[in-house]
Amino acid sequence: MAKLILSFDGAMIKTVELNKDRTTIGRRPENDIQVDNLAVSGQHAVVTTVLNDSVIEDMHSTNGTMVNGKLVQKHLLQQGDIIEIGKHTIKYVVENTTAKPYQDFAKTMVIRKPDAAGMTAAVADVAPPAPARPAAPPPQAAVTREAGLQILSGSNAGRVLDLNKSLTTLGKAGHQVAVFTRRPVGFFVTHVEGDVFPLVNGEAIGTQARQLNDQDTIEIAGTKMSFFYKS
Amino acid sequence: MALTDALLMTSLSDPGMVRDLNEDSIELRPESGIVVLADGMGGYNAGEVASGMATSMVADGMRDAWSADALQGLDRDAAIALSQSLLQQQVLAANAAIFEQAQKEASFEGMGTTLVGCVFYDNFLTVGHAGDSRLYRLRGSDFEQITKDHSLLQEQIDAGMISKEDAHLSNNRNFITRAIGVAAEEQAEIHTYEVEPEDLYLVCTDGLYGMVTDEEIHMTLMTLKANLDLAAEQLIASANDAGGTDNVSLVLVRVTKDFARAA
Repeated sequence: MAKLILSFDGAMIKTVELNKDRTTIGRRPENDIQVDNLAVSGQHAVVTTVLNDSVIEDMHSTNGTMVNGKLVQKHLLQQGDIIEIGKHTIKYVVENTTAKPYQDFAKTMVIRKPDAAGMTAAVADVAPPAPARPAAPPPQAAVTREAGLQILSGSNAGRVLDLNKSLTTLGKAGHQVAVFTRRPVGFFVTHVEGDVFPLVNGEAIGTQARQLNDQDTIEIAGTKMSFFYKS
Repeated sequence: MALTDALLMTSLSDPGMVRDLNEDSIELRPESGIVVLADGMGGYNAGEVASGMATSMVADGMRDAWSADALQGLDRDAAIALSQSLLQQQVLAANAAIFEQAQKEASFEGMGTTLVGCVFYDNFLTVGHAGDSRLYRLRGSDFEQITKDHSLLQEQIDAGMISKEDAHLSNNRNFITRAIGVAAEEQAEIHTYEVEPEDLYLVCTDGLYGMVTDEEIHMTLMTLKANLDLAAEQLIASANDAGGTDNVSLVLVRVTKDFARAA
């Protein structure tokens, strides 16, 4: 369950659980979160919640709604977001999202609904309807070092080609093409098409990806080059 | 002309970096132009059972029903209509069988599966789907998602609650609104599309597009389309390098030439 924590000048005033479809914020008393301050509009903003997602939308307020220092019209709330309304702050907090193994909460669930309003009706799986996958893909395991290719022969001899994309292809289409892939674990060269395979240190690599080491010499479509790490 | 002359197919499935089980299933019947992929769910090995039943029943059922005899004398429009109704029949049958199995055996209770089923014939493609496994198409340099997910997130996007760009920030990404085998009756959403030579089709589970952006998938297919096996390996490696929190499965189909039915 997510909640909003209303504070003024660093002092917590109130906590509201987001257990309704719509949670309203404004100066008037009928709001779910009443903020009694003249900088706040009567109906200032509304938070719409569908299962694990909550979206804040400014209701054409006079002074606007800020999230993390930016003026927003509509914003999908993320753990720890700070909403600023007038001089009040409202923090968005999701409980039970602490580090659990992915498989515990990444299970796909089916929600069957007779109509759009009954979305939370039945859940047909063994896992609890708790927060699902991590909000964003986890960071990559390792940061790839920068690397490049020093061209040693042919018309581009002397040039350096940066391998700064996840995939870099070299060669002639239909004749011989190889691809350099940049992955968290390092750089690889793989044969893509053609009858002739790339050579790494004079040896044909076949169809398997070959991981590159600093100063390996590679030959593709008659052009020789040297792989190097920049640091 | 045999369909296998016009359609190059490859498939690959990987449990990913975190899960022990692979609950995805793929069945190809290249000689009949049939591709079926499913992402199962349920406790223990139930997800694997559901996706396995769905893919094999739909692939075999479609292959048997989609025969030269059945197509005899039909014009193209009639063939399209037949492909749609036969595909739906296989999905209905698979749904009933999985649901029945789940009722009978306690360990299978609540099992279900997504499904994408494709039938290529006479320069058209009929696709049926349920859930959030997807069909994409690369045509020229345009990369497009063909199927629309049956998911809560898609409904939130349709309702204007969340923008497509923010979809990856949603915490509702694992709720699907349609699945095979979960209820006594469920059908696939079915459409037919025109196919052109050099089209490249990607059928995949959310283990791919949940970890790898559409831009990255697009770039990988553009770069490696000459070598489908390598493209498939590269996509799986990308998903695993990004964390690989889910099973990853995909099928690639490249159309090498026109496959109009002989008049």
